[in-house]
Amino acid sequence: MSGDHHGSDAAISAQVRHVEALLERRGLVDPVELDRALAAYLARSSPANGARVVARAWCDDAFRGRLLADANAALPELGLSMGGGLQEQRLKVVPNTDRAHNVVVCTLCSCYPIALLGPSPTWYKSEAYRARVVRDPRAVLREFGFELELGLDVTVWDASAESRYMVLPRRPVGTDGLDEEHLAGLVTRNGLLGVAPV
Amino acid sequence: MPERFAVGEHVRAARHDPPHHCRLPRYARGALGTVVDIGGWHPLPDDRARGLPAELEPVYTVRFTARELFGGGDHAVTVDIWQSHLSATAEGASR
Repeated sequence: MSGDHHGSDAAISAQVRHVEALLERRGLVDPVELDRALAAYLARSSPANGARVVARAWCDDAFRGRLLADANAALPELGLSMGGGLQEQRLKVVPNTDRAHNVVVCTLCSCYPIALLGPSPTWYKSEAYRARVVRDPRAVLREFGFELELGLDVTVWDASAESRYMVLPRRPVGTDGLDEEHLAGLVTRNGLLGVAPV
Repeated sequence: MPERFAVGEHVRAARHDPPHHCRLPRYARGALGTVVDIGGWHPLPDDRARGLPAELEPVYTVRFTARELFGGGDHAVTVDIWQSHLSATAEGASR
């Protein structure tokens, strides 16, 4: 496992600034282009995107099927993509059911579906979460206040630079009358990571 | 590099511990798992990190039981593993 992001932020930031300065000096990068690209990317990145995807999947079984089969191909139906960064990352959506529960982590660093969930929370990047959730997900989720039912098959998905994961939570009971927009309002970021119920 | 493994096949993660960057998480090294998906084709990060040429190779999503990885627990963990880090097992396909 690489170092904790919290403790090494300053050193990494200095290194990145140094590389940025070199690229700018050699005319390979326009000084304002990086800021503009980052701002545009982050403006489009929000957990509201993931929530819209989930609400559509709850309402439309055919979309749900396409999403689970090939999420990258299904996202453009909602005007979304995983191509906001340098390369399009593969997205796999893993569905929770009454028998199976899924949790997302990146043990090696902090890979995260930013386009669909926005910037990652600090705990996701902590060594404690990354090291412990693969070993004892039930105990870690309990610390989030989420007690998993006994008998559920729990799978922890370890993301990588090339592959990202998002959880498709179970649709809450008693929401049959709600439309897609209201359903999206029920979905939380932590629910999309599998550390909270929806 | 052609695909050597199919979904459902048992595979063994490499047990090596090289002195350079290695994308195979330490907790999965040497463990026996099952291919559950093929997650695309990518150059081996271990080679790219050292500036070596690296051809595209299959990356598999491999499912391990917690018991296999940590000696206990009733859950499973899936890890994306490059073909170079996997070998076939005597058990072969589970199907």
